[in-house]
Amino acid sequence: MPETTDILNALVLFGNFVFMPALSYGSQLALGALGVTLLFGILRFANFAHGDTMAFGAMVAVLVTWWLQSLGVSLGPLPTALLALPVAILATSLLVLLFDKYVYRYYRKQKSPPVMLAIVSVGVMFMTNAIVRFIIGPDDQRFSDGQKFLVRARDFKEATGLNEGIAIKTSSVITIVVTVVVVVALFWFLNRSKTGKAMRAFSDNEDLALLSGVNPDRIVLITWLITAALATIAGVLYGLDKSFKPFTYFQMLLPIFAAAIVGGIGQPVGAILGGYIIAFSELAVTYAYKKFFRYLLPEGSEPDSLVQLLSTDYKFAVSFIILVVVLLVRPTGIVKGKVI
Amino acid sequence: MNHGLRATLAFTFMAAMLLAVGFGQSWNLALAILNLCLISAVMSLGVNIQWGYAGLFNAGVMAFTALGGLAAVLISVAPVPEAWAAGGLNMGLAVLIIAATVALIYVLRKSLPGGALRKLITAIIVIASLYLLRKFYSPGVEAIEAVNPAKTGYLGGLGMPIVLAWLIGGLFAAAVAWIIGKVSLGLRADYLAIATLGISEIVIAIIKNEDWLARGVKNVSGLKRPVPYEYNLQNSQWFIDLVEKISASKLAALTDPAAKQAALQQLVIESSSIFVKLSYSVLFTVVLLIILWFCTRALNSPWGRMMRAIRDNEEAANAMGKDVTGRHLQVFVLGCAVLGIAGAMLTTLDGQFTPASYQPLRYTFLIWVMVIVGGSGNNLGAVLGGFLIWFTWIEAEPASLFLMELITAPMAEGNAIREHLLESAPHLRLFLMGLVLLLVLRFSPGGLLPERVRHV
Amino acid sequence: MTILVGENMTGGYGGADILHSCTVGVDRGEIAVIVGPNGAGKSTAMKAMLGMLQLREGRVVYNDKDITQLTPQDRVAEGIAFVPQTNNIFTTMTVEENLQMGGYLRDSGIDQTIQQIYELFPILAEKRRQAAGELSGGQRQQVAVGRAMMTEPAVLMLDEPTAGVSPIVMDELFDRIIEVKRTGVAVLMVEQNARQALNIADKAYVLVTGENRHTGTGSELLADAEVRKSFLGG
Repeated sequence: MPETTDILNALVLFGNFVFMPALSYGSQLALGALGVTLLFGILRFANFAHGDTMAFGAMVAVLVTWWLQSLGVSLGPLPTALLALPVAILATSLLVLLFDKYVYRYYRKQKSPPVMLAIVSVGVMFMTNAIVRFIIGPDDQRFSDGQKFLVRARDFKEATGLNEGIAIKTSSVITIVVTVVVVVALFWFLNRSKTGKAMRAFSDNEDLALLSGVNPDRIVLITWLITAALATIAGVLYGLDKSFKPFTYFQMLLPIFAAAIVGGIGQPVGAILGGYIIAFSELAVTYAYKKFFRYLLPEGSEPDSLVQLLSTDYKFAVSFIILVVVLLVRPTGIVKGKVI
Repeated sequence: MNHGLRATLAFTFMAAMLLAVGFGQSWNLALAILNLCLISAVMSLGVNIQWGYAGLFNAGVMAFTALGGLAAVLISVAPVPEAWAAGGLNMGLAVLIIAATVALIYVLRKSLPGGALRKLITAIIVIASLYLLRKFYSPGVEAIEAVNPAKTGYLGGLGMPIVLAWLIGGLFAAAVAWIIGKVSLGLRADYLAIATLGISEIVIAIIKNEDWLARGVKNVSGLKRPVPYEYNLQNSQWFIDLVEKISASKLAALTDPAAKQAALQQLVIESSSIFVKLSYSVLFTVVLLIILWFCTRALNSPWGRMMRAIRDNEEAANAMGKDVTGRHLQVFVLGCAVLGIAGAMLTTLDGQFTPASYQPLRYTFLIWVMVIVGGSGNNLGAVLGGFLIWFTWIEAEPASLFLMELITAPMAEGNAIREHLLESAPHLRLFLMGLVLLLVLRFSPGGLLPERVRHV
Repeated sequence: MTILVGENMTGGYGGADILHSCTVGVDRGEIAVIVGPNGAGKSTAMKAMLGMLQLREGRVVYNDKDITQLTPQDRVAEGIAFVPQTNNIFTTMTVEENLQMGGYLRDSGIDQTIQQIYELFPILAEKRRQAAGELSGGQRQQVAVGRAMMTEPAVLMLDEPTAGVSPIVMDELFDRIIEVKRTGVAVLMVEQNARQALNIADKAYVLVTGENRHTGTGSELLADAEVRKSFLGG
């Protein structure tokens, strides 16, 4: 039987390397998937430009942050990027509304099939991607400042006397807090406000919503605004947590889509669930448990390998496998979503 | 304008553009572009089979071309006996374990009724086999990758002619496509897109990281060519004679024998490179024509008519008892096979396999632009799209640089904005591609050579 | 005097005409039913009155006003409510939210109307917090009618409200519809179950191939030997 401190050490280790990172990554995915799923529910297509929309929003935030930093503006321990967020959301909203006006609207009026709109979104993806690369370049950019850690691993160890420590990054806490605030606000809006209900009604039964006097243009406009805000927030939080690189946002498309489908496409609750499921599986499967088991197993029986189910290079495989299993077993997702 | 005339004009224009590059820049460049145009045309045909015939959105084109490239390595490279000796047994056992697991699950699904028990047993089998797999697979991989890692560190291939890989590459791609199609077809149309997007990330990740397979990001270079090498040509008398004959008039103008000799040598070097590229062009053209012939036949057959009927009204086709999902699977696998062939051709042309170079914008979405701009549903349109878009893609880079130089000319040398604009100019072609795609979709949804709609 | 009437309606969905100079009307506090064989254009006539298809000839008059050019949404705002045959509720939303959506265009008094509808359809009050998609067929039809009533319409149009429900539920639904009529609403409905529909009809139209074949009160048509022979199975 392992000693209590060993169990605690193992748990702290797991918390530090799997639970905390998964919580913040899951929040970022959830916000991204919420955008995809809302757009899917209302405009009824899979938006391939979503990753690049996130990159665009994050880019604006990076630029504004740099500008604020050059002015000497700072939020103290918090990253300056939070101040840049409103500007970034505004800019992203403008971008998606322009694309809607000049690109998507035409196909909506034509009642084009969803797959056509998905292809159109590929064109939008190209253009957004080019804009981002043209303005800021394809390389890594750092823009986080303020205090890096809320709790340092060393302080934690000293305070508790354990061998392992939990380091709590400021960016993780901000991610989680912002996500909770955004999600609560979004759900309040969807479930309590008249416009939010109209959005849900439109998503549920478009013809009947029109018959009830819902103005489709207004619903679409609001959906784009929310999507832009969600994409920007997700993009900025991800950038603060890791770093800003345009291509990584494109690569987030897969886990985001997977999260939306796993949860049940068109279902906001599902998107959030899906985001955390994907993030937790990804980190749990790619974590090397060697040290973890060393605490728990009796001496002499420790594993000599890394005890890592999949190398981190295959983290995409995790979202993909979950996606495939869901498509096979329950194509409607966990919370029953739209399937034709 | 009638269709034939339109196609003739379009292809004449394309030829004129390539000739212009030949005369204006260099023949080497023109042929290099032509070769990639030919490969792009094959890829474009592959996507056209899926999108144009059946309305399937494949967002993982990159994966299928990479699988073709992998086949090129696995077929043409000489085997590494030391690596086989070191880890072959382990890898063989790993393959057996996988096969046994699949067979066991298959039998299980046949013999036990569905339910919690079956799921539980399936899960146990999967976990147990994963555990067993690690026992053999990991040491096998380590042993293989330890064999002369700077040069090999992988199992090598079969040492067969690389042209064979074009076929095998198609098979590889088809096999993976079958699995993906089986899972995601029959559901919402965009689920296929998302599933293929996923498989493309994974295929690339596997190829990048499984060094024992094709050296991963360490690349495999020096693939054996199906055409002569420049060096050999330059030392072959027949080739020198040929060059001498062709450029006799040019050489005759030179009187000094030494100068004549030097000029001839220079010509031989240039011509050898052109000859090699030309040989590739011939090979690729043959493949393109064969595939095009099959595509045209298929499209005009009852099968093709049925595919279009399904595409245009899936519900009606379903109601008429057509197996829509089955047909879709068929067409998806066929399209991917063509992509695999193109991918193998591409790696053959490059002479090396570089997994890190596979980027979705270039290998997936650019191909989409080709199909849509060329004319989805029309094979010749897809070919034209392949040519035109590849040409634009290549020439847009110097063009956007030129444009930026023009714009920034009034700015001072070393001006930060000027530097930034010049540096970012290459990204403009992405913008251009997106814009072209959207413009065509909006104003000419049939593309440059629209599908011929037959009214029967 | 009829509050809503479609006069000499001729037209179809772009192709051949489905309606041929067909006239249908209803007045406050009465139930008018449209019956007839399959493909007679019953639903089409009703949809024409809602503005869901373009008329080539004829006109739709509501409250002495020609509304032929108004969109369906505008007609709804004017006080004409419509319950489609299928997909007539928001399945993922609660019963109460369905009713709220019915009153989407109204600025005030929604809660009061919801109370009135709960009085009319007591089962809905009981299930107010449940998702409408989870209810039984008859209950869903009540939600659909309730949703349409939320605009406090002068005219309520029902497209085959009893399609696919059991005879007992059908009787129950007809009872509710009679109660709706008693609140002073004009009820116009298309029905497959001709005999039962004629039983509660104050006015009835038998359509055949888009034309009026018989018109009269429900009991008149029920008594008409030809109608009985041709459309009621003897």
